[in-house]
Amino acid sequence: MTAPARATTAHTTLTERLRTRIEHTVPQGQALPDRQPAYVRSWVYVFGVLTLSAFLVVLVSGAILAVGGLTWWHTSSVGHFVNSLHLWSVEIFFATMVIHLWGKFWMAAWRGGRGLTWVTGVLLFLASIGTAFTGYLSQTNFDSEWISTQAKDGLNAVGIGAFFNVLNPGQMLLWHVVLLPFVVGLITVWHVVLVRRHGVVPPIDAVAPGETVPGDAPDLSTASQEEARP
Amino acid sequence: MQLATVVMDAGGRFIDWGVLHVSVGNLIVVLVMLVVFALVLVLPFPGEREEQPRGGSR
Repeated sequence: MTAPARATTAHTTLTERLRTRIEHTVPQGQALPDRQPAYVRSWVYVFGVLTLSAFLVVLVSGAILAVGGLTWWHTSSVGHFVNSLHLWSVEIFFATMVIHLWGKFWMAAWRGGRGLTWVTGVLLFLASIGTAFTGYLSQTNFDSEWISTQAKDGLNAVGIGAFFNVLNPGQMLLWHVVLLPFVVGLITVWHVVLVRRHGVVPPIDAVAPGETVPGDAPDLSTASQEEARP
Repeated sequence: MQLATVVMDAGGRFIDWGVLHVSVGNLIVVLVMLVVFALVLVLPFPGEREEQPRGGSR
């Protein structure tokens, strides 16, 4: 059996290489699948996408706050509302993320070649904590003043105070609205791509479609025999 | 100045239990998360039923 001619052709242009890279990022049909293995029909599999949904609300409400500015969110009733929307979407973001973390920990979700998926989740958790921390420092109220003065000694002690000065509200605001959201967004895309590439982790006593041994990475390019709509 | 004093005095309520020092608000959030996690494990997912094979091909 001969391989298709296209597969043996060398990709010479950047466009061809990029197209091939994008096409092979996840197995065919797995970018936005409308069918999942039957065991995915459980609430424990919902909290990853709940975290992602809350993150989108955080981004949108944060963008609106950036448009209005700090005098707006302190003095306007609409500003107060959007400020509260931003706070509570962050609360839901962290609550759902931690429940997602608990669920995946007890499922040993790093099984079956999913170690990098687990690690990117850990990085996301840490980067999100940093983003939330700089958000608390950007409130421009007594709370942010108190938190910054309590944090400065610890951060100076670990040696990062020279370039990460919690007493500088301008720097903290820019870390909060530009640098850290970019990092969180980038790792989120990486995490989701890895989940789509390897598939969601099966329960410990279940066999994923295409698997022969529980916990092994499924071959998602093969047709599933036990799929159901989520 | 009086307003500032009032706001700064509003320190919140905390619970001390050995090395654990947590505000009542944060403790409530943590307890709610534990309850939600327990419900996640026991509540059935909506629409949980045997699916009919489509087109007889599976």
